[in-house]
Amino acid sequence: MSFVALRMLTGDRAKYFGLVFAIAFCTFLLENQTSIFANILKRTASQILDVTDAEVWVMDPQTEYWEQTKALKDTDLTRVRGVPGVEWAVRLFKGSPVAKTPAGKFAVSFLIGLDDATLAGAPRKMLMGSWERLREPDSVVIDKAGYVLLFPDEPLELGRTLEMNDHRVTIVGISDASAPFVSLPVTHARYSEAVNFLGRERTELSFIIARPAPGVPVPELTRRIGELTGLRARTTQEFEWDCIRYYLKHTGIPVNFGITIAVALVVGTVVAGQTFYLFTVENLKQFGALKAMGVNNARLMGMILLQAISVAGLGFAIGTGMAATFFEITLNVLATRGIVLMWQCVALTGCCILFVVVVASVLSIRRVLVLEPAEVFRG
Amino acid sequence: MSADGLAVSCRQVRKHFGEGETRIEALRGIDFDARFGELTFLVGPSGCGKTTLISVIAGLLDRSAGDLAVLGTRMDDLSGGARVLFRRQNVGFVFQQYNLLPALTAAENVAVPLLAAGVPRKGAVERGMALLSRLGLANRVDSLPSKLSGGQQQRVAIARALIHEPRLVVCDEPTAALDSTSGEAVMGLLATSAVQPDRAVIVVTHDTRVFHHADSIARMDDGRIVEVTRPNGHSGPGPAHSSLQEVSP
Repeated sequence: MSFVALRMLTGDRAKYFGLVFAIAFCTFLLENQTSIFANILKRTASQILDVTDAEVWVMDPQTEYWEQTKALKDTDLTRVRGVPGVEWAVRLFKGSPVAKTPAGKFAVSFLIGLDDATLAGAPRKMLMGSWERLREPDSVVIDKAGYVLLFPDEPLELGRTLEMNDHRVTIVGISDASAPFVSLPVTHARYSEAVNFLGRERTELSFIIARPAPGVPVPELTRRIGELTGLRARTTQEFEWDCIRYYLKHTGIPVNFGITIAVALVVGTVVAGQTFYLFTVENLKQFGALKAMGVNNARLMGMILLQAISVAGLGFAIGTGMAATFFEITLNVLATRGIVLMWQCVALTGCCILFVVVVASVLSIRRVLVLEPAEVFRG
Repeated sequence: MSADGLAVSCRQVRKHFGEGETRIEALRGIDFDARFGELTFLVGPSGCGKTTLISVIAGLLDRSAGDLAVLGTRMDDLSGGARVLFRRQNVGFVFQQYNLLPALTAAENVAVPLLAAGVPRKGAVERGMALLSRLGLANRVDSLPSKLSGGQQQRVAIARALIHEPRLVVCDEPTAALDSTSGEAVMGLLATSAVQPDRAVIVVTHDTRVFHHADSIARMDDGRIVEVTRPNGHSGPGPAHSSLQEVSP
């Protein structure tokens, strides 16, 4: 009877395509909005995740997220290095100087100052030049998006100069840094130079990044650093989630996206669910005839579930294809780079679609189960 | 086949719907027999209980009281699942509005009872095509119901009712939606193809134009059988009681 069920489903092309489109549209909307939401939140920790050399971040106990830093004392670095299990620990500076081009174009930028000796935390994905050239005096590496922002319509080129708070620096590399939460240039320089690009303060050490010695688990090291220094030590993933949680709690982003996602969920799923339910109701007479002819309830339930799963599977596949195509296109756009279709969002959407289809199926099945087969004699 | 040749035996069968003030007595003590090898008509005015009676006989509705034996089986003895199986194996249905599945071709529609019984699709459809050919629809086996005339659709429905070789066929107003020519053709088909020595056919109809096909005609009124006639002077065994029977309320 599977064949009969599928032919019943596809027999009325208009209804069938309407049903598939409703589910595909719902899938696309949900995957699109949830992925954009998740990726934008992930951007709040882009600069943390780009530091692949270290696994531990040490900061002031009051620091809650990347943007909010309170400078540590230089002696804190020595204290962290003294914690058993630390293989190495180096300083990391974060500031926001204004970068200005000779043509007068300017923008506030994210400046990350790297340990002079090791350059730990340097961008590893380089499009032009080399991060090792940061050892040259007055040099910076800038990300591609920042370069395009400051030098619009000009080809990528090394050797250009920027003015950073009255310090002239030379671009020695162009990186493919992950997009930050705010679309500002991301620049890297040596620590000793970076602090000079901003006004000197008594303390300037934003973060200490560290790596555990072989055999020491990262969470164990963060616990030790916290206990022995009184500083806040987080793993990269913990710090990432600190940032995400901060934005979730203190900004309107989740509300705005939440409303969009909720509307997508309600509209998409209700339309899909109701369409499938009505499809079954319109076929009640046919199900009644099958019931009269001796098709039992279990078989009818199987037919309805097969119809539901088929249409949901096809609609979900098309919707996911649409979402994947969308993100494939936007991935190459500078402003939306790094925003990808996340598998978690696909899985979540799949669960939502499955839930809706199961609910619609249960309601449909209920109508069929209570259907009196004698009804078919009533014309 | 039972020794007395009865496919259906109803004794004082009653059926009511609802309770209290809304209670409706649809069948008020029906005594009715249908014999193997005969085409039995159930006739009477609208609302007299004809459809309710064939629904009870076919196992689609439970009776409220009385004795009912169909093909030698007391329907009371069957559980819900067994009754569904009984219908699937032993009863063929022809509906007034055909009730063909619009997405299936004629041959596929005919094959539905076989598919329900677990016959593989290819074999079932081939048998459907063969039966349709025998019923004069060889050139329409791949047509969808929407491409068939009313008479052709009803012939497909008859083929569907016969494909699994049931021992009882119940037809509800099979000619009601057809013009006189098509109705006559459909009823002729039923008389020639459906009626078999080991099969009983019960037809509910208003259509007096086709009464001459009947071996036996049971008239109903107000939930009772009021008269049984044998218009063609059938030589076989008549209904259990008499060829003309008045049943008092």
